Amino acid sequence: MKSAIIVFPGSNRDRDMMVALRQAFGSDPLMVWHKEVDLPEVDLIVVPGGFSYGDYLRAGAMGAHSPAMRTVKERAGKGVPVLGVCNGFQTLTEAGMLPGALMRNASLKFICKTVHLRVETSQSIFTGGYSAGQTIAVPVAHNDGNYYADDATLDRLEDRGLVAFRYVDADGGDGAEANPNGSRRNIAGIFNGTKTVLGLMPHPEDAIDPLHGGTEGRGLFEGLARALA
Amino acid sequence: MKAIVHVTLKSGVLDPQGKAIGHALGSLGFDGVGEVRQGKVIEIDLAESDPARAETTVKSMCEKLLANTVIENYAIRIEA
Repeated sequence: MKSAIIVFPGSNRDRDMMVALRQAFGSDPLMVWHKEVDLPEVDLIVVPGGFSYGDYLRAGAMGAHSPAMRTVKERAGKGVPVLGVCNGFQTLTEAGMLPGALMRNASLKFICKTVHLRVETSQSIFTGGYSAGQTIAVPVAHNDGNYYADDATLDRLEDRGLVAFRYVDADGGDGAEANPNGSRRNIAGIFNGTKTVLGLMPHPEDAIDPLHGGTEGRGLFEGLARALA
Repeated sequence: MKAIVHVTLKSGVLDPQGKAIGHALGSLGFDGVGEVRQGKVIEIDLAESDPARAETTVKSMCEKLLANTVIENYAIRIEA
């Protein structure tokens, strides 16, 4: 299992992601600086969390046009799985690899807390470690996590089963009070049309060790390890 | 010449910052404030001297980087 993490100036969850991939895959990911154009053949590319380029202009806008991201886009086009977490999700939407946009949280406050997510489908390389409908607890830490897409795009995502995770309460209810950031239809994570690209705001890589307060993020990495083995 | 780009949120896209500004204006005693929308202004100095060509270039800049057309509109003004 070979994997790579793209590192931008301002990435700060890149090493957390490295620990998560090491734990699940049994091998260290390559850490690839954003200026690199040449990326070795890998089975998985991760765009990590953080504040690339200080969120200048819009979160993820600068990183989306970095040399490494051009290669990531090209590889994704060939079917190489790409995972974007938090700033990585923002970057993938800015790069046009996932539909919609991540806007300022509706509360205008930075949100750092554990949330509950409902896994909407187990039918993907990313979510095979969970069962559909399962509720998991993982942290969020973001200022711009408010997922927006127009109604037609949201309907299309739902009709095609491309919503990966939704914010719910501890009992699995997806009411407005379970929505931390104002995301439309409580969406926390989505797939691209072939389900080979996943973007999500919460941090599964920060819920993989009992010392984190929970290990329910592990399923994502263990599922990936099985799917890509 | 100079290009001035106004980037604004599309109508229908919730603007929590605009809302907060409107709320603050109300609490400062300004009456009759309706909807407030916040945007950005980007000023760009250009070596180009032909206004039409400058506008074409800046339009491409907007589409590629300056605006996220999923949520934002842009308007370009070219000044000599």
